[in-house]
Amino acid sequence: MTPHALEVEGLGVSFGRTRVLTDVSFVVPEGGTLAVIGPNGSGKTILFKALIGAVPHEGRLRWAAATRIGYVPQKLDIERDLPITGHDFLRAKAAVSRAADADVRRALEMVNLTPEVAAQTIGTVSSGQFQRLLLAFALMGRPTVLLFDEPTAGVDEPGEEGLYAMIRRVQQAERLTLLLISHELALVYQHADTVLCLSASHRTAFFGSPVDVLTPGRLREAYRAPLKFHVHDGHFS
Amino acid sequence: MTAISPEMLALPVAMAVAAGLVGCFAVMRRMTLASDAISHIALPGIGVALVLRLNPVLGGIVALVVGTLLVWALEHRTRLPTEAVIGVVFSAALAIGSMLTSGEELIEALFGAARRPGALETGLGLAGALIVATYVLQARHRLVIALVSTDLARTVGIGVRRLDLMYLLGFALTVGLGLRYLGVLLMGSLIIIPATTARHVARSLGTMLALATGLSVGATVLGTLAAPLLHVAAGPLVIAVAAVFFLLGLLVRRRG
Repeated sequence: MTPHALEVEGLGVSFGRTRVLTDVSFVVPEGGTLAVIGPNGSGKTILFKALIGAVPHEGRLRWAAATRIGYVPQKLDIERDLPITGHDFLRAKAAVSRAADADVRRALEMVNLTPEVAAQTIGTVSSGQFQRLLLAFALMGRPTVLLFDEPTAGVDEPGEEGLYAMIRRVQQAERLTLLLISHELALVYQHADTVLCLSASHRTAFFGSPVDVLTPGRLREAYRAPLKFHVHDGHFS
Repeated sequence: MTAISPEMLALPVAMAVAAGLVGCFAVMRRMTLASDAISHIALPGIGVALVLRLNPVLGGIVALVVGTLLVWALEHRTRLPTEAVIGVVFSAALAIGSMLTSGEELIEALFGAARRPGALETGLGLAGALIVATYVLQARHRLVIALVSTDLARTVGIGVRRLDLMYLLGFALTVGLGLRYLGVLLMGSLIIIPATTARHVARSLGTMLALATGLSVGATVLGTLAAPLLHVAAGPLVIAVAAVFFLLGLLVRRRG
């Protein structure tokens, strides 16, 4: 049996009296791909924040020994005129994680970013480029686990490698365990080994294989809306 | 005031280097107003030191450190916004400080005075500036990551709270370094103005740090040397020169 990269049991998060996550349990095997789905406001990003230790939680959360986390947040509020370039940002990670400067180049290549883009200030690059920069940042220092919080809508430039294809390629090349928040149920169905579906009610969470979780009944319960997901053609309407 | 000797410039220049470096992160962290307010916390310390006939700079630094710890602790305990916490601490400090200091002393505490510092004060001042400058340069990578995202900082193993505290203490010490020369009001300006100019002009972190330091030192040296010729106090002239640099910086178009 593959050892687990992450074991979560009875995880709960609340802010004051507001309950965001209740009794969430799941495991992720090393090298596996877990997709976290659920309607807006169901606590997907908060779950990631609990996993990286940024918000207090109850329950048990255990990362495998020697886990190094690379985290790609969904959205960051960067001021446009901040005089920090992509290089500055990546070099900072290199310095803190004691990686070689050559790692900066390697990470940029892995996410298909040119040195010219990395020389721009981070507030002025396009949102797609900024996300690749965040991915490059996450990949520096050789992480064992990648947490990827996907933005709502497509940021792929036409004619370029799509974000999903890129993540899959990087995951395979680096043998990463991947935890992915996604809105694209079709892609989840194709690529994830397991799915964690959080619900709008904050009370139930389904965990299992895509076939088990992505059923019309469960999706309706979680999303509180009549969703249709056609398993045969991988479409979601 | 007599002619300026090199050793009279050493301390202001060291203070300016620390101010330029610390200022970069104050400006980028949107602490501009907050940092101006923090510097006022020195006032009651100066007042108490004067009452007790102790070194006023020492009193100011003690008050700054205590005030900084207070701001930091209140911010983390109460989840109030930093500005609000600093606003409360600052107003209280100003009120207490002005009750304790009076007349001439108050003016000097607010605007500083160019006096020849003793050997001990020079030595401590140079050491303090060296500590602050070294700290900011060493911590710059961590500060940049925490600036972009505290969550990212956590995944990289940066203790964000500790980093905050260390930075604020560095800031407080920098204000302390300028208390004698520029005073409570003007030292805050030397931290903020050159860094703001640098932020406007620079397109990378390295350039910003170098530019802010250069402008801060330039304003300090020019102001100090020109003050006796113009028969004005050095402190206000230093800040006026820094403000002129800022105006010139606005003319420089970046992002062509």
